Amino acid sequence: MNARQTKAPAMLERRQLVKDLLIDRDDLIVVCGLGSATYDVAAAGDHPLNFYLWGAMGGAAMIGLGLALARPERRVAVITGDGEQLMGLGALGTIGVKQPGNLVIVVLDNAHYGETGMQASHTAGGVDLVAVAKACSFADALTLTDAKDIARVRKLLHVGKGPILVNARISNAETPRFLPTRDGHAIKTRFMAAVGSLA
Amino acid sequence: MDDQTNIRWPDTIYDHFKRAGVRQVGYVPDAGHSRLIQLICRDPEIADVVLTTEEEGIGLVAGAHLGGQRAALLMQSSGVGNCINMFSLIRNCGFPCLVLVTMRGEFAEFNPWQVPMGSITEPVLRLAGFLTYRIDRIEDVDDVVAAGCDMAFDGDQAVAIVLGQRLIGRKRWTK
Repeated sequence: MNARQTKAPAMLERRQLVKDLLIDRDDLIVVCGLGSATYDVAAAGDHPLNFYLWGAMGGAAMIGLGLALARPERRVAVITGDGEQLMGLGALGTIGVKQPGNLVIVVLDNAHYGETGMQASHTAGGVDLVAVAKACSFADALTLTDAKDIARVRKLLHVGKGPILVNARISNAETPRFLPTRDGHAIKTRFMAAVGSLA
Repeated sequence: MDDQTNIRWPDTIYDHFKRAGVRQVGYVPDAGHSRLIQLICRDPEIADVVLTTEEEGIGLVAGAHLGGQRAALLMQSSGVGNCINMFSLIRNCGFPCLVLVTMRGEFAEFNPWQVPMGSITEPVLRLAGFLTYRIDRIEDVDDVVAAGCDMAFDGDQAVAIVLGQRLIGRKRWTK
């Protein structure tokens, strides 16, 4: 047991949260971190503008940055887990330096590694991703704990001045797996056709 | 070999980036790439993305390609080791990827800490699915970098151009 189990009880249910965040998503680009974040986004409704990751842990935010720089006219959301973002902590600094105005990272923070047996993550041990994002010069960083604030975060995805990090405190109750395709070539090609970047 | 006599080869690489339409370059600061980094940072048409670790650059390249832009990465041989798991993104999705690797730990190296990674850099790249092209002589830079850009961006391959320590020149340890 870690000495600093300071986390307040989580209030949000991850499937419903992601579904609500993606209501009327229009042409929002969504990069999904591996594991439950990918399942949550797929469960909210498969979409060609979803780029599902099944690996490359720690890479979701940087894929979002490459996309945000390549497509400044589009909105890019990275939806990922706390463990995935913790593995790419340096990327928050890199994003802070580039200041992409069209990039929002949503961390689904259940303070645990759901895929590997629910071991506690650093966020359970007192590491504060909102504080990290602020220290990395993000334009905004906030914690989402209450379902009544979801609509406000949904608006941030579409019009908020990035880079923004939203740390959503979710319940660590297990959800059924919802598996999109694991074929990386298919995911890439479908995405590129939808975004209009196939050569 | 002296750094100053070879100062033009980074300009040749830059020219090929421009010809190929490279719009994003990710890098971790590196002495061997310092001139090329300078050229890229001065170019308003290229997004220069300084990274905290090289593996971030693999995600950047993938994102750039998804968005329809060409990207390249600059790193030192030690940085290749930092990328290994992230290379799976390139292989699983078939992203084109161009990496220019400045070598350490292989020729006239004064620092033994560079040797373990430097001595396995090329095999590691090949094991990870990269085509590798090595340059040791300045007269090969133009041709090999041109070919690497074509293989990566037109041939949709993962390509690493390995810039040998004989090309880069001995590191000057004293100021």
